[in-house]
Amino acid sequence: MKPGHKFLFGAVIIVASVGLLMFQGVKETGVYFLTPTELAAKTTEDPTFYNVGLKMGARVVPGSVHRDAATQTIDFQVTDGTHTYPVTYRGLVPDTFTDANDIEVVVEGRLGKDGVFHATDVLAKCGSRYEAVPEA
Amino acid sequence: MTLLGQFSLWVALLIGSWCVVLSLSGRWRDRPDLERVITRSVYAVCAALLIATLSLWKGLISHDFNIEYVAAYTSSNLPTYYIVSALWAGQKGSLLFWAVVLSLFAAAAQLLTSRRHAALLPYVAGITSAVVVFFVIVMLFAANPFERLAFTPEDGRGLNPQLQNVGMVMHPPMLYLGYISITIPFAFAVGALLSRRLDTGWIVAIRKWTLVSWLFLSIGIVLGMWAYVELGWGGYWAWDPVENASFLPWLTMTAFLHSVMIQEKRGMLKRWNVALIVATFLLSIFGTFITRSGVIASVHSFTQSNVGYFFLAFLVLAGVYAFTLLWTRWPDLEPEGQLESMLSREAAFLFNNLALVGIAFSVLWGTLFPILSEAVRGNKITVGPPFFNRVNIPLGLFLLALTGIGPLIAWRKASVQNLRRQFVLPVSAGLVTAAVLFGTGMRDGYAMMAIALGAFVLGTVVQEFYRGMRARHRMHGESPVVAISRLIGRNRRRYGGYIVHVGILTMFVAFAGMAFKVDQEATLKPGETAEVRSPYGHTYKLTHMGVSQYKALNRFVSAASVQVERDGRSLGIMKSEKRQHVDSFGRPTFEPSTEVGIRSDLREDLYIVYAGSVDGTEEAVYRFTVNPLVWWVWFAGVILILGGLLTMWPGGGGVAETRRSQAGYEAVLVGAGAE
Repeated sequence: MKPGHKFLFGAVIIVASVGLLMFQGVKETGVYFLTPTELAAKTTEDPTFYNVGLKMGARVVPGSVHRDAATQTIDFQVTDGTHTYPVTYRGLVPDTFTDANDIEVVVEGRLGKDGVFHATDVLAKCGSRYEAVPEA
Repeated sequence: MTLLGQFSLWVALLIGSWCVVLSLSGRWRDRPDLERVITRSVYAVCAALLIATLSLWKGLISHDFNIEYVAAYTSSNLPTYYIVSALWAGQKGSLLFWAVVLSLFAAAAQLLTSRRHAALLPYVAGITSAVVVFFVIVMLFAANPFERLAFTPEDGRGLNPQLQNVGMVMHPPMLYLGYISITIPFAFAVGALLSRRLDTGWIVAIRKWTLVSWLFLSIGIVLGMWAYVELGWGGYWAWDPVENASFLPWLTMTAFLHSVMIQEKRGMLKRWNVALIVATFLLSIFGTFITRSGVIASVHSFTQSNVGYFFLAFLVLAGVYAFTLLWTRWPDLEPEGQLESMLSREAAFLFNNLALVGIAFSVLWGTLFPILSEAVRGNKITVGPPFFNRVNIPLGLFLLALTGIGPLIAWRKASVQNLRRQFVLPVSAGLVTAAVLFGTGMRDGYAMMAIALGAFVLGTVVQEFYRGMRARHRMHGESPVVAISRLIGRNRRRYGGYIVHVGILTMFVAFAGMAFKVDQEATLKPGETAEVRSPYGHTYKLTHMGVSQYKALNRFVSAASVQVERDGRSLGIMKSEKRQHVDSFGRPTFEPSTEVGIRSDLREDLYIVYAGSVDGTEEAVYRFTVNPLVWWVWFAGVILILGGLLTMWPGGGGVAETRRSQAGYEAVLVGAGAE
């Protein structure tokens, strides 16, 4: 075998393993990113779509945040205007998480059969943090 | 002042466009007067943008809150140095910052490039001006930093408190300097393609520029990790889209810095090198695009705006233009040499390039996956840190191994003697380290591999320095200290490169430490104690002392104090704060921010976050984290940067000596192969 061919062989192995790692990585760690409406559509369409790991992007319903300091649990509701889901989360939320003005959150976790979203992680992003949304 | 700034932008647009048209028309060939016009127009654009920048600074410093940008990012109680940094705190200002720095680099390229490469300069002027013009157009038509409000607010909104920190003041501009300076090598590459002067000339001309970009990107990325001290989530890298975006051009640039040596030495990989530079440029624009457009949700990104469409259009246009040009010049880039053996430095470098580009591709893929999956299958699917770790840890370790192998293996074809002479000691160092780690009870496979490979690479570098020093000592009778400093001084690129490798391996070892991170949350009343076991087996006793509240310069502070004891010995009191920033009328400006309490030593960091109080009492919620080896990340960053500076430091030995060492191979080692 010529060195060039040997190298090509090595290159194919590297490229193939990168591809394989990526394929498996997506398959095993990828999660759906849904809005409440999309999640509602999924669950009506496929009744087994509970307790599946997913992320949901929505707004916190102002005034819905209820903190229980003793158990470090936070309950709140998220909505996209059409559908609303109650969320329960145990742990610390980021500084940007407030219910003063409606903030955008991404909750990661699973929707239980009880219709409550059990979050394992809450990310909050405040629209006012950097710049106001340009007048549309 | 906004009128002057606005006017300067228009001047820059007109002169810049004129420069592009003139340069690309090619009319300047055999017309030295036109060539001079092109050069001067680069300087003129630079001057106009400097005036625009000064106008914005003037507006910021004089608190002209009628200017929308000033009102959005500063307040009258903001300390002056943060006001100066507000130039790059927001989208519009950072576009101006970008444009002005690029025009400065473009002018520097015209001034500093050696006369030998003068034939490329009019092309370079055209390409750099085209990029400057793009940024000016974005400002004038989508995000004007000089825009005035219909009314004048009493005070501005203030600077994001997370940016009120030395590291965070420096982080964005360093990264931008890296992104921006990539335009210069790109312009030379395109110039070389346009003029069909495709010998090594353009590569020699951009050598310093590529190192400058690489260095700034490195500094920017390390400073970004330093957000660790500010953001309070207890880590320094989260695979956030914007972090990824800064990592991508760094990867392709690193690949280029290696593969270009093969072109210099063997005349191979010419097409690959052009493609790498073009890709690096596109990725730097892509990075700006990700940061500026909000297409991908991230802690860094600004809210969605139509600036994104401008970037997307530019990205597509520049990509199509550059790759079409490369295609039409394909036959001119015929390689002069061929790969002779798999056991050669060329092969090691080729694999290094594949691994770097592979990592870049997977990171790009993971970053864009939500968009791609939505477009292709209609379902938005996201991947997070588990994906990136899974793919990149093995690739990174492979790369680390190559870091040791590459510099020691001979060009063309390595002999068995060469391999034995070079690798016996370093490989033993790696194996002994692995055995020791296993013996002391470490069972994390990846972490062990990272540390053992680190020892191997360190072994190769120490061996290289030692042999080089010994050779000088024998040949010139110099003392070891003199020998080693001359060795480095006369072969800066090579030994600077080795020092960078030490920085990289140290970084890998420090990353491996994060596999043993310990995290614990606790709600404590004053006087109550939490216990945390560190990965080294220490026991921390953390006693909540209470919360105090006071008012500082531009904020209200709630500070929680913790008495820290390790294995029964007191380590003093640590503090973590919640800060509510206010404007000069005492109105809150941002959500509260956290000031982390950190106690750092060589082995581990104790990281304390005060997450808030229970119903306004002094009962506090804490998160305690023990992060192993974090100190080494910053240390590695410093080594990396010093090594990088050394490679590009001007001067060095005589011409002959420089040339020999710059080819990346030393006479000493050629002789050694024949032993």
